Amino acid sequence: MSSNWEMVIGLEVHAQLKTSSKLFSSSPNQFGSEPNENVNFIDSGMPGMLPVMNFGCIEMAIKTGYALNFKINKHSVFERKNYFYPDLPQGYQISQFEFPILSEGYINIESGDNQKKIRIERAHLEQDAGKSIHDIDPKYSFIDLNRVGTPLLEIVSYPDLSSADEVINYMSSLRQLLMYIDVCDGNMQEGSLRADVNLSVRKKGQELGTRCEIKNLNSFKFIKQAIEYEFQRQINIIDGGGEIEQNTMLFDTSTGETRAMRSKEFSHDYRYFPDPDLLPVNLSQEQIDKIKPLVGELPQDKLNKYLDNYSLDKDIAKIIIAEKQNANLFEKMISESTVKPKFIAAWLVGDIFAFIKENNLEVNSLNDKTKDITDLLRLISDDVISNKAGKEILPKVLNGQGKPSELVKELGLEQVSDSGELEKIIDEALVGEDENILKFQGGSDRVLGYFVGKCLKATKGKGNPKLINKILLERLKK
Amino acid sequence: MKNSISQIKKALIEKKISVGELYDEYLAKAKSGNSNSFNLVIDRENNISSINDSQNRYDNGNPLPLDGIPLGIKDLFCTKGIRTTASSKILSNFIPNYESFVTQQLLNDGSIFIGKNNCDEFAMGSSNETSYFGPVINPWKNKNTQKDNLVPGGSSGGSAAAVAEGSCVASMGTDTGGSIRQPASLCGIVGLKPTFGSCSRWGIVAFASSLDQAGPLTNCVEDAAYVLNSINKHDFNDSTSSNHQREDYLIDINNSFEKKIKIGIPSDYLEDVSDDISNQIDNTKKALSKHGIEFVDVKFKTTEYALSTYYILAPAEASSNLARYDGIRYGFREDGESLDDIYLNSRTKGFGDEVTRRILIGTYVLSAGYYDAYYRQAQKVRRLIKNDFQRILNKVDFILTPTTPNEAFKIGDKLDPISMYKNDIYTVPTSLAGLPGISIPSGLSKNGLPLGVQFIGNYFEEKSLLQLAALAEKELSFNE
Repeated sequence: MSSNWEMVIGLEVHAQLKTSSKLFSSSPNQFGSEPNENVNFIDSGMPGMLPVMNFGCIEMAIKTGYALNFKINKHSVFERKNYFYPDLPQGYQISQFEFPILSEGYINIESGDNQKKIRIERAHLEQDAGKSIHDIDPKYSFIDLNRVGTPLLEIVSYPDLSSADEVINYMSSLRQLLMYIDVCDGNMQEGSLRADVNLSVRKKGQELGTRCEIKNLNSFKFIKQAIEYEFQRQINIIDGGGEIEQNTMLFDTSTGETRAMRSKEFSHDYRYFPDPDLLPVNLSQEQIDKIKPLVGELPQDKLNKYLDNYSLDKDIAKIIIAEKQNANLFEKMISESTVKPKFIAAWLVGDIFAFIKENNLEVNSLNDKTKDITDLLRLISDDVISNKAGKEILPKVLNGQGKPSELVKELGLEQVSDSGELEKIIDEALVGEDENILKFQGGSDRVLGYFVGKCLKATKGKGNPKLINKILLERLKK
Repeated sequence: MKNSISQIKKALIEKKISVGELYDEYLAKAKSGNSNSFNLVIDRENNISSINDSQNRYDNGNPLPLDGIPLGIKDLFCTKGIRTTASSKILSNFIPNYESFVTQQLLNDGSIFIGKNNCDEFAMGSSNETSYFGPVINPWKNKNTQKDNLVPGGSSGGSAAAVAEGSCVASMGTDTGGSIRQPASLCGIVGLKPTFGSCSRWGIVAFASSLDQAGPLTNCVEDAAYVLNSINKHDFNDSTSSNHQREDYLIDINNSFEKKIKIGIPSDYLEDVSDDISNQIDNTKKALSKHGIEFVDVKFKTTEYALSTYYILAPAEASSNLARYDGIRYGFREDGESLDDIYLNSRTKGFGDEVTRRILIGTYVLSAGYYDAYYRQAQKVRRLIKNDFQRILNKVDFILTPTTPNEAFKIGDKLDPISMYKNDIYTVPTSLAGLPGISIPSGLSKNGLPLGVQFIGNYFEEKSLLQLAALAEKELSFNE
């Protein structure tokens, strides 16, 4: 039914910047403190208090500008967005309006098998508000001002997105980039990254419809659910002969439905005007240029490097670049050892990530074990131990239970690569196998596998399979 | 003639008076005065350790620049542990836990605060009649209507009256559109508004952030230099605080100018003024001409737009600056059924009429559909006014104007807000330009009331401005 309908989506993403202090005050910018702990006189809107800009936020915005292909504006202006709410102590939010710090950027995302360019209209710096808590007491609401003044970068896309999957890809690409350049911790659960979704529907090829804005979505799952629900809701209204009202919607996570919060008629008049307490931000080209080297390698740069220089498979390379900490761990191991990157990559995305997942660890927590890991991988790739033995030892190495070489000895897993010893074992294994030997010589390759298996069993798995193979072939061809 | 800071310091150094005796003298006047110039007089016990410390420094021969000097502080400066109300009901119970930058400098320099001076509510007014704590009464009387109580001017009316009646040696005021210079003129004292960006706004209850500036109200020009030396400092916590090199404003204050000085008198300011007012300009011109100072006519192109520009921009900023007084976290709250009711009740009952009027005007001029016609247009005109001043200050060293268009008037006389706003016609343009201006007493009106003239200098040229004002003061001094 909805096959000839399409959705048109633009996203406003709020990324909380990873600064140590707030945008205009020296209070700590951190999550999870006791209520109203990170609040000073400026944050609480005391009389006569004045904002002082944290230049670190400007630097982070510039970095974002480079990463998202923005035009970085030398002149930007902080304005006041005026409205009353108890979690907004000043009675206004300081934001950028007419002159944002970044304009006209884009990123490329995957859409099916293709790349799609998503244009970004602008990104501006602003303060976050506090939190109102309505569910502690039946009569009173509570206010936690810890989040007041936390620096946000609001990234506003053009309506270039046309499916929930594209939105998810766009969000995760943004998240990945912002984490790479170290401006946002990407923690959606804690609200470090949240999205407002502007969605309208139209019949294919027709004019844009009236949009609704779904506020404050903080997980990929909710974004997807909200978009799918809202898409169908709008189609149903139009199919039923109705019209879409331009509303601000809330997504109810318990029912999976969107519902109207306020209509356009009741929208605020925010009475923006330049904040007279703050000077306009005027940046020199040198100040902007100085930030460029801090951007570092972006995911796409790394992907190209991994494919071209390290000959990784694309799928494996993508898993590694997905998060900067993966790439950091990978590159640390490469720099510390001579084991082939491709070999390291295979172990990393295989057993090492499995271990991290099973034990609910941070990738970063392995940063001090890279030497042990690569030592282990060295033993495997040099055939000192078998692959199987390697898998057995790895968790112990990752748990810090010992050095790889010691563990190998302790567990007696060292591979038998002494050809004299192996020859003896092989000769014993071939006793009474004349029939099979003849089969092999008659052209049956399958028999080789049987012999290798028999020999390995005789070495209790410790024989070097390659060497066994080689000696066997010599013996059998005689 | 009241004692100047340097005379008082001399007496303290020579032990003709102790810091405690000095303080008690002023405290007694502050308590007995009937000008209503204090919203709060600080208890003696709370100042006792400051008095003792100060006396010790005199005894040890190393007094600080303002050591032991009793000061009044406009009730717009946040003072740690001392109630700060902005003369408003909405802050009538507010005790800050911090000290404003400016008052901290004054404390660091050894001064002792007598109390918090009455002012117009949130500094909005030109007669000190909008205060929640009642009007301030000018110590001066019209010789023809002796029994009438006159306004001291505003908004720093309590500061001006307190200095004029001798209940403090000097007082800190703030000036947004004339709030230091106009009351100084109507009370016969000196009032200096420094260049915007000279003195930090940190800890001053904000009225209009792009215009507010702290400055002294004093008995003489030299005292203004004493106070300015203390308060004129760069403050990292005020983004609009200038970080230029400050000078010692006392060092040359009594010296004559080395170069030839040219002063412009804007002819457009003097159209339709009373004889009283034109006499002030004539007297000043005559007095300074004797010192070889040249006077030329200048003409502004933007004067007629200044008041309307000011009464768009200042209320616009105020409407936003005063949004924080919502009854939620501190200050007066009138409860209600809903959140909107709490806002409505607290703000309706907490703010007086003039403040409410300006919040409404400010909200209107910033509203969607009106912003371009009012706020944006006013910003453009403000730029033209600045350019106009710059053009004239390229030709002359200073500008001389009347401070006010009239003498002090009867309390309750000007009920119409527009005629009240016109009282600031000579001071508002300077504020919009951000330039420094000083009002000094220049003579008495036919009714025997004090009047002042205003000198305007170039940006951050307070030093030569004070030097000029001191020179004029010597020639113009009058007896009460």
